[in-house]
Amino acid sequence: MPHVVPVGYRHRVPKPASLIEAHRLVKRFGDFVAVDGVDLQVQPGEFFGFLGANGAGKSSTMRMIGCVSPPSEGVLRVFGLDPIKDGPVIRSRLGVCPQQDSLDEELTVLENLVVYARYFGIPRRVARQRAEELLEFVQLSERITSKVEPLSGGMKRRLTIARALINEPEILMLDEPTTGLDPQARHLVWERLFQLKQRGVTQVLTTHYMDEAEQLCDRLVVMDHGKIIAEGSPRRLIEQYSTKEVVELRFGNLPPETVARRINGRISEHCERHEILPDRILLYTADGDAAAEAASREHPAPSSVLVRRSTLEDVFLHLTGRTLVD
Amino acid sequence: MVTAVLATRLGRLASTPAGRIWAVCLRDVTAAHSVGYTFLLVVGFLEPVLYLLSMGFGVGGMVGEVVLADGARVSYASFVAPAMLAASAMNGPFFEGSIGFFSKMRYRKLFDATISTPVTPFEVAAGELLWSLGQGAMYSLAFCTVMVALGLATLGQVLAVLPAALLIGFAFGGLGLLLATFINSWKDFDYLGAIIFSMFLFSGTFTPVEAYPGPAQIIVWLTPLYHGIELTRGLILDALSLSMLADAAYLVVVGLLGLWLASRRIARTLCR
Ligand SMILES: Nc1ncnc2c1ncn2[C@@H]1O[C@H](COP(=O)(O)OP(=O)(O)OP(=O)(O)O)[C@@H](O)[C@H]1O
Ligand SMILES: [Mg+2]
Repeated sequence: MPHVVPVGYRHRVPKPASLIEAHRLVKRFGDFVAVDGVDLQVQPGEFFGFLGANGAGKSSTMRMIGCVSPPSEGVLRVFGLDPIKDGPVIRSRLGVCPQQDSLDEELTVLENLVVYARYFGIPRRVARQRAEELLEFVQLSERITSKVEPLSGGMKRRLTIARALINEPEILMLDEPTTGLDPQARHLVWERLFQLKQRGVTQVLTTHYMDEAEQLCDRLVVMDHGKIIAEGSPRRLIEQYSTKEVVELRFGNLPPETVARRINGRISEHCERHEILPDRILLYTADGDAAAEAASREHPAPSSVLVRRSTLEDVFLHLTGRTLVD
Repeated sequence: MVTAVLATRLGRLASTPAGRIWAVCLRDVTAAHSVGYTFLLVVGFLEPVLYLLSMGFGVGGMVGEVVLADGARVSYASFVAPAMLAASAMNGPFFEGSIGFFSKMRYRKLFDATISTPVTPFEVAAGELLWSLGQGAMYSLAFCTVMVALGLATLGQVLAVLPAALLIGFAFGGLGLLLATFINSWKDFDYLGAIIFSMFLFSGTFTPVEAYPGPAQIIVWLTPLYHGIELTRGLILDALSLSMLADAAYLVVVGLLGLWLASRRIARTLCR
């Protein structure tokens, strides 16, 4: 299938060193501190990610960067500009896909894009042409004249992404762009975001899907209760906060707690760190096969053994804990 | 060549605040064009016409003539018609500004997306006001046509009164926006309706204000509709006076204040 790519992306020079820069950024809602002293920089061309449990403060940070939510404290610069003073200028160069679609359900698919384009002062003819290209880009061309209301959740999400691209933004802000999408739609979105990255569009993403973050992000931060608790490339984070491999041991009907008590002490000989869950025991180790073999020789022996590479999910759960936050 | 220059000019205008206000208004035009909007328009237009017919000609048949402040005598229909025009100029913008805006802002959360573009909360408010003003203009125009057809106004008078009708729309559109920002549920609109209806009844609409007792006159004097009616009546009955400048100024101030306060409250809601 040919990949249709909207034309006209251009590198705008000169660019400031960091496109987004935040120092001790705080967002308060009444007494509640949603974002608690965040420092970050996003470089041109970078694909930057926010991870964090529900309520960690990802959207609040995204909204401040998007200049629709004034920071309570701290310094924020986008394109080197101040969101309070230069909000309209900054927003004219941003593309925003908010967590809630907020599409115009009274309008058709095409009208949604054309009307939105007008807010940027894009001439009608250009807007229409871009809208058609973008709808092709997110594979919505067949629905161009249908109303938005009856579209499926995935279609609405794709339309929201298309809408975010209508002004050929230099930074694309994506707040959970693939939440609620089926695998096909998710893969389509990933492909498209990757294409945009290749064209030099800086992207800022939040997601609850660790595989998504691992695939797309050059660099990411993990937020917890409004603070950044870890930062780095997916690979570096795995190196730093997890082991190379993980062994998952299951014991049929035997509760892992009981098993752990019986082989007490010896678990830690097989691995650097372990974790006892209600349904399995996890061994974090550099050499998964060796640990698996050692564990198999224990009594009781595991009913199933799985050796896998560490993922971002292991890092995330290690950093933010397994208990529900929200 | 000329069109090219014009296109560039317009293009540059499009990314200014004025262009963005226009863009906000055009969104509503686009939506109206795709929704069955005509029905609402017809109802909004018919209401004051029916009042004019029943009060002006029905009740007017019993009342006879009305003596104006300057001693001139006019038929009751001629007395009521300008007031109905003012009411018609008020209704469209007020209800579009309040109910229409509330539904877009709070119910459909339309502007959450709009403010992610260069459009500011003030431009949202102004664009919405412009849209309700456009609606008011259509109602007024339709009503003026009826007045001319019934011989209650001449073409010249209509041309003179239309700007006044727009001014009334501006004041009530701004007021509507402001009130919409205080509204929390659909039920609150019953209160708005009640306020507007009592204002409609007691703003010198059906009787000269001089007929009211003293304290009531002060309350009436405060309502923007009273000043609107002073304007339309003066212009249509050819009874111009200097105080009409004050009436116009009052409407401008109400509209601007409504717009400004509304846009501040909208900003606080949208830019949390
Ligand atoms: N307008 C608001 N008023 C009051 N509290 C708010 C507001 N917006 C967000 N919060 C609170 O701030 C905290 C952070 O919210 P935020 O939406 O930034 O989290 P998030 O990381 O995006 O979560 P999720 O993954 O669920 O989207 C939450 O506890 C939320 O309840
Ligand atoms: Mg969120």
